[in-house]
Amino acid sequence: MPSSSTTNSPNSSRLKFEIGIVATLALFMIVIFPLLNAQGYVSNFTINLWGKYLCFAILAISVDLLWGYTGLLSLGQSLFFSLGGYMLGMHLMLMIGDQGVYAQAGKNPLGLPDFMIFLGHTFLPSFWRPFSSFGFAALMVFVLPGLLAWLFGYLAFRSRIKGVYFSILTQALTYGASLMFFRNDMIMGGNNGFTDFKKILGSDLRTAATQRGLFIATAVTLLLVYIGCRILSKTKFGLIQRAVRDGENRVLFSGYSAAHYKLFVFVLSAVIASIAGALYVPQVGGINPSVMTPDKSLEAVVWVAVGGRGTLVGPILGAISINALKSYATRAFPDFWLILLGSLFIIVVLLLPGGIVSLPERLSALWKKFRTKPPTPADGTSAPAATLSPITKS
Amino acid sequence: MIMSRFLLNVKNVNKTYDGFKAITNLNFHLKEGELRTVIGPNGAGKSTFFDLITGRAKPDSGKIEFAPHTDLTKLKEYQINRLGIGRKFQTPSVYVEHSVWDNLVLSLKGPRNVFANLIYRLTSEDRDQMEDLLKLIRLDQKREWTAGQLSHGEKQWLEIGMLLATKPRLLLVDEPAAGMTDEETHRTGELLLSLAGKHSLIIVEHDMTFVKQIARHGVVTVLHQGSVLCEGSFDEVQSNQMVRDVYLGRGKHGNR
Repeated sequence: MPSSSTTNSPNSSRLKFEIGIVATLALFMIVIFPLLNAQGYVSNFTINLWGKYLCFAILAISVDLLWGYTGLLSLGQSLFFSLGGYMLGMHLMLMIGDQGVYAQAGKNPLGLPDFMIFLGHTFLPSFWRPFSSFGFAALMVFVLPGLLAWLFGYLAFRSRIKGVYFSILTQALTYGASLMFFRNDMIMGGNNGFTDFKKILGSDLRTAATQRGLFIATAVTLLLVYIGCRILSKTKFGLIQRAVRDGENRVLFSGYSAAHYKLFVFVLSAVIASIAGALYVPQVGGINPSVMTPDKSLEAVVWVAVGGRGTLVGPILGAISINALKSYATRAFPDFWLILLGSLFIIVVLLLPGGIVSLPERLSALWKKFRTKPPTPADGTSAPAATLSPITKS
Repeated sequence: MIMSRFLLNVKNVNKTYDGFKAITNLNFHLKEGELRTVIGPNGAGKSTFFDLITGRAKPDSGKIEFAPHTDLTKLKEYQINRLGIGRKFQTPSVYVEHSVWDNLVLSLKGPRNVFANLIYRLTSEDRDQMEDLLKLIRLDQKREWTAGQLSHGEKQWLEIGMLLATKPRLLLVDEPAAGMTDEETHRTGELLLSLAGKHSLIIVEHDMTFVKQIARHGVVTVLHQGSVLCEGSFDEVQSNQMVRDVYLGRGKHGNR
């Protein structure tokens, strides 16, 4: 009777449905959409915009892995996102070389990034040097946020910091880091950050083909992150992760060190956010400390809440739909965008706690109620397994 | 040493919370395989006693030794659990979003570290043990239900099953009959009695009918103001005048 996996899930048909949808969307995003762009049916602007949305979708998954699956509301994901962006950005700055403004004017013989010349630096700081290698920068996208998350998480979880205190602490960390990056003394571009990139891996960033390549890379990464998290949620680790969310005491009194599990998830989420940031920067053409601020983390939390917390499709849907709405609303009625976002959040929290992904189920329940008159009250004694709350299905 | 035949030795333990003496000079010894019932009025220190054994709270002074010379006061909750000490909470503490099956999977004796659980798969022995447990706790037919859908009594049973899945040497059971019907209470009592011998148990309980049932062969310890007031068989304890004064005399007994 038990299935071959660790879990004995009654939701396998639902899972098949989800996998079908994801496979179709992945095929569309990775193959068809870029092909249409190459043929001129989809504008370069659109593909670039969608590249950005998909980066946000990856970020949203990283938020949900912490918040929806482990019960840790971290407001530090924008920090890790930006750090990933900065790591790759350093490499891209060094790849500008003789194409920079000062170099074109003959005032930059060493090929320093323009902001350094502007601030009067005469040589490249030592911590910048290894970033001329793409491989090193790519490695740092994983290592630096991972290390920071490990250190912070180790201290926080060892001291059993939980709930709102954890949120405040991650917010403080993010805020502190953004203040540091605003300073010119960091030699990380100050409040202007990095911009004016020219080349990535030898290809001109301003051409449609390069942007298309980056879009495909982002779509493939999103797919891999989705698959990875899907597999993770099916392992015994995934069970323990959700158990930490629902009953940390029981986890401790079952012999698991909850802190170790939280730390693993925290580091994993930081690295995923960082990868999203590294993909974001070359497509948007820059990074500055305003991306690092806590309100950006909060925005990502709203995407997850609206899309559906504790699911994997929810954050993707939420990130894409809210950002698409933002692109439209900030042009159509720029003064009302934040009000719109705020009301959307309130509406979802009050009326649709399961987010967009719970909508079909809600509607079909309403439909059934409408069809069967008089409506039968829920029979508590024989509750079937199919009425799980949205959090367990995913 | 004579003490070494005991599974659990609590010696001269004190614990104060903000000036309130929760546990005062407590001495308690439990034999391997024994079923011990602990009673006492509210605030007698029963929950603190369990907190101290399981590492949730640390004593201000005194020693807590397990089987026979492991000092529990130095260890964390999960380390103490790994020694074979399971705890059942007063309010059922199960994972309400997980299925009954998954609740038991999470409790099975097995690897506890992060990386081992990334690749862990159930063995056929695990499955056999799960089937036995599901039958024992009578949730065989409800294995795919989420624990949140179970009745209060079923949740209590599930939690007992989760404890047994870890194959503990010592079970600490806090008011197992709370919120159960008379029939469920009786069955729970029989289940706990059947565990004695294979496991050692400490059961905290308020319901005197239930205490009478589970303590019919064993020793009852009465806690009062954080220390042991008296110890003995159920009849001895019930006829003890001091016990009557602090506890039974307040009309707490036999409320069923």
